Parts: sequence; structure tokens; C-alpha cells
Amino acid sequence: MNTALDTKTIPDAGVTALVAGEVVLDELVEARGPWSAVVAAGDVLTIVDLDGNQAVDCLLYAAGDTTVRYSAAATIAAQRSIVLTTGSVLRADTGTPLMTVVADEVGVHDTIGGACSQESNTLRYGQHTREQHACVENFLIEGSRWGLGKRDLVSNINWFMNVPVDPDGALGIVDGLSAPGKRVALRAEVDTLVLVSNCPQINNPCNGFNPTPVRMIVTRPEAAL
Amino acid sequence: MTQTIETAATGTATTAGARAHAREQHGKTAETMRFVPATSAPARLLAGLPDAASPTWAESLAFGRYTTLALGRGTRLRLTDTAGDACVHTLIYRSGATQERLNVADTVKVPWQAYPAAGHPLLSDAGRLMATIVADTSARHDALTGATTLAGNTAKYGAGTVHSGSPAARELLTLGALKNGLGPRDVAPSLSFFKGITVDPAGSIAFSGSAGPGAVVELLLHMDAVLVLANTAHPLDPRTDFAGTPVDIVAWHAPQDLAALEAGSLAGPLAPEHIQALRNTDHDLAARNAR
Repeated sequence: MNTALDTKTIPDAGVTALVAGEVVLDELVEARGPWSAVVAAGDVLTIVDLDGNQAVDCLLYAAGDTTVRYSAAATIAAQRSIVLTTGSVLRADTGTPLMTVVADEVGVHDTIGGACSQESNTLRYGQHTREQHACVENFLIEGSRWGLGKRDLVSNINWFMNVPVDPDGALGIVDGLSAPGKRVALRAEVDTLVLVSNCPQINNPCNGFNPTPVRMIVTRPEAAL
Repeated sequence: MTQTIETAATGTATTAGARAHAREQHGKTAETMRFVPATSAPARLLAGLPDAASPTWAESLAFGRYTTLALGRGTRLRLTDTAGDACVHTLIYRSGATQERLNVADTVKVPWQAYPAAGHPLLSDAGRLMATIVADTSARHDALTGATTLAGNTAKYGAGTVHSGSPAARELLTLGALKNGLGPRDVAPSLSFFKGITVDPAGSIAFSGSAGPGAVVELLLHMDAVLVLANTAHPLDPRTDFAGTPVDIVAWHAPQDLAALEAGSLAGPLAPEHIQALRNTDHDLAARNAR
């Protein structure tokens, strides 16, 4: 559920947004909850990691044709890096740019680690974790409000999540590099449906073992008007 | 494969440390969980199974959560309202042909009976027998008022999303449908077990609630089917706080019960409509399986 912000207790959205412009959206994503919105071409989405080290699982779809969707592989191949940061172009399977990272206060975001699911939690952490709420649940229930289903879920982005690959190939979700208030900003290159799971995982350090809310701000820069 | 965890790694700052931390969690149990394999379930869940029966599903489903599993024809499924405050919203889809699903209107109309209880057929929209209630010590079930909704739970409890403390049944059932490649339009009217309703002569509905702790309902599946079960509040529950208890689930393969049901020795003599539905299912299976 998206909750309107109490602007008396937190900084003004126009000040918090990484790219200045008219504020067209300012919402809080509950801890453990899903979120979605269409970000219009030219608008900039700032994601605020309010309490630090909160993985924000994210999928992108061309709003006009959701078969055109984020591809981690196309994105990685085009930039020859698994690291998402300023300058990264977030591409669809076709290679078409959907969004571009235009500002980043962390420096490393993940796109190889995928989303947690109740089912894969049993493999990583044991059978007792199957019933724990997971990102795939959030993606499915929120995606269904846009007509999306299971076949529309693909490898995703994990904002503020740290997944190194060691020289011997070992990879894993390790302690995050983010901190309270750190932000990343994405400019939409086309009208983009942004589907988010504010990760509820409690079995690994991706949320510092404590899922917390994040803030979503969309600004419309002068140049886009 | 035996692997050694590097002992030098501590905490979760490195891949080795994070891996060791993750693996340390294996083998833990929770009060409510699916036990895999089913034979590893606590004695409470497995008690009373027939001597030769081997469980195929054993789970204690928390209140406010859902579960889904595909079961084979001839499966016997037992739901136990152990603590007396469960409410199991139920959808059934035919495996491999999920456009066929439980139809609650036919399930009350065809047997001429609004209150599902022992002997009641659960019918698909294709005039076939999906399952039969073969045992029931609750008799508090509901085929008429369906699932709680996001808007309804938000108004009543302050929240109704899946990740909230008071998830709506329709949200949970939708997730179960989505997991099986289906979507919101496939979330047909549901049947709920362990919270009853009554209809008075004027048509008014009254909530009759739970039969108390320990009530059991058992289904025998007549076709391969996907079950989606959501254990959450009944739409007419008068309490303003979101309250309920887990449901215990166990299933086992009982193909001999199919013949016993048809012979009238399992749930009593079958009504004519029940026999017709059984014939339709058997006819369909014979046609599909002809070689």
C-alpha cells in the first residue's frame, strides 16, 4: 500500500529529490510492502533508503507494452558490468533503454541476485522460511493490478543491495553499502511502469535483518515540461 | 556433497560469512510451516492416519497466510481446526486444465443443500466431481459469503494487504492463483471451512462461527487438482480485531477410498446428482486416459 507522506516530519520532497523539478509523486512504501507507478518519459524517480540498507527489488516495463521489460542480461552486457550506478542504462530485452541511473549516492546496486521467494527461501534457509512473506509475493500481487502475472517476472534490480562476485566466482548477498537517507535517481526514457517490492527478507543482510520503509519521489525537471 | 565452511569468515560482510550464516539456519522449525518431507511433521499432524498411509502433505498454516499444492486423484485431505478459530477459504482448480474449477453455486444447487457437510460433493463448473467431503465434525462451513476483500479488511481492521497484519482472503487467494500461472480473474467464489453461516426463511444470513477446537473436515479428491487455501478471517466475523488460529493440514494417498465412496461405504449412499457428477468425472478420465 502506498501511503501519503507526513511532510511535517520529513524533509520536503523537492529538496530530497536528487534531480530538481516539479514534484509529481511523493509516497512512502511500507516496510515489507509492494509499490508501483508509471513514471512518465523525462521524469525522474528518486528512491530514498530512509533507514539504510533496505533492498528495493525493482522491475521495469514499458508502460505502453509490458512485453517490453527490464533485462538484467541486456543491461549487464551493454555496460559490461554487473554494477548499477550513475550512468547505467536500464535496458529491455530488445536493448531499448527504459530508464537511466542519473544520480547515485551508494555506488553499487545489484542486478544478478534476483528476488527472494518463499520457495527459494526453503533452499537457502530451510523449510521453516517458506511461509515468510517474500518479494515474489509482492511482485505478483502488485503486478496483478496492472494485468501482469507470473510469466512477467524476470531477473530484477535490487537497489541498495550488495552482491559481490569474488575472484573464485563465489557470490552472495553481503552487508550493504548504503546508509540512512542515501538515494538513487532514475530518469525514465519511455513511460515506464516501475514495480517494486520493498524486500521483506529477514534471513540475510540485504535489509540489515530489519525491513524498513523507503520513499519514492518523482520530479519533472524543467527541461521535460 | 560435503562442503567446508571457512571458519575465518565471521558475520555477513563477506560471501563466505554470508553463506555460513545462511546455512546455519537450515533444519530449524517453526510453529507453523510446511514440513518437507511430510513424514517429518510433528505427531500432532500425522496422528490418526490409516496404518499403511504415507503422508504427501503436512503443514500447519498460520492464520493470515495461504498455501497451494497440486494433489493427485485419490488423495485424502484432512483439515483440522486444532485451536478452534481457523477459517480456510478454499479454491480448487483442475490440474492441467485450470479453466475448470470449483463452482460454489453448483456445489449448493445441484445437491439441493446450502450447508456443506459430510457427504457433500464439491462440483466443478463442468458438471464433474472434484472432491467429496467424506468426514466432517464441524458442520460450520460457508459456500455463500465468499472471501474478505482488501477494501473490507482495510475498513474493518485498518489493513488488508498480504504484507499487513490482517490480510484479506481475496488477496491471499489471488496470490495462490498467481503462483499457479493464473490471475485475479481466476479467483472464483470460494468455499470456507470452519466458520459457518445460516440463512433464515427470509433470506437473511447469520454468522454461526466456529464449532470449537479440534473440528475436522476431510476431502477425497476425484481428479488431479490444485488447491489454494487461505486461512484468514471470515467476512461476517463480528469481532473488530483480526483474530484466528492456524489450521493443520495433512494429506495421503487413498485410492481405495474412491471405490468405497462410490459403493456408499465411505460417506453413505450417494445422492443421484453426486453419482452423476462422479460418472462425468470417470467418463472424462477414461476418455483422457484411453490408449
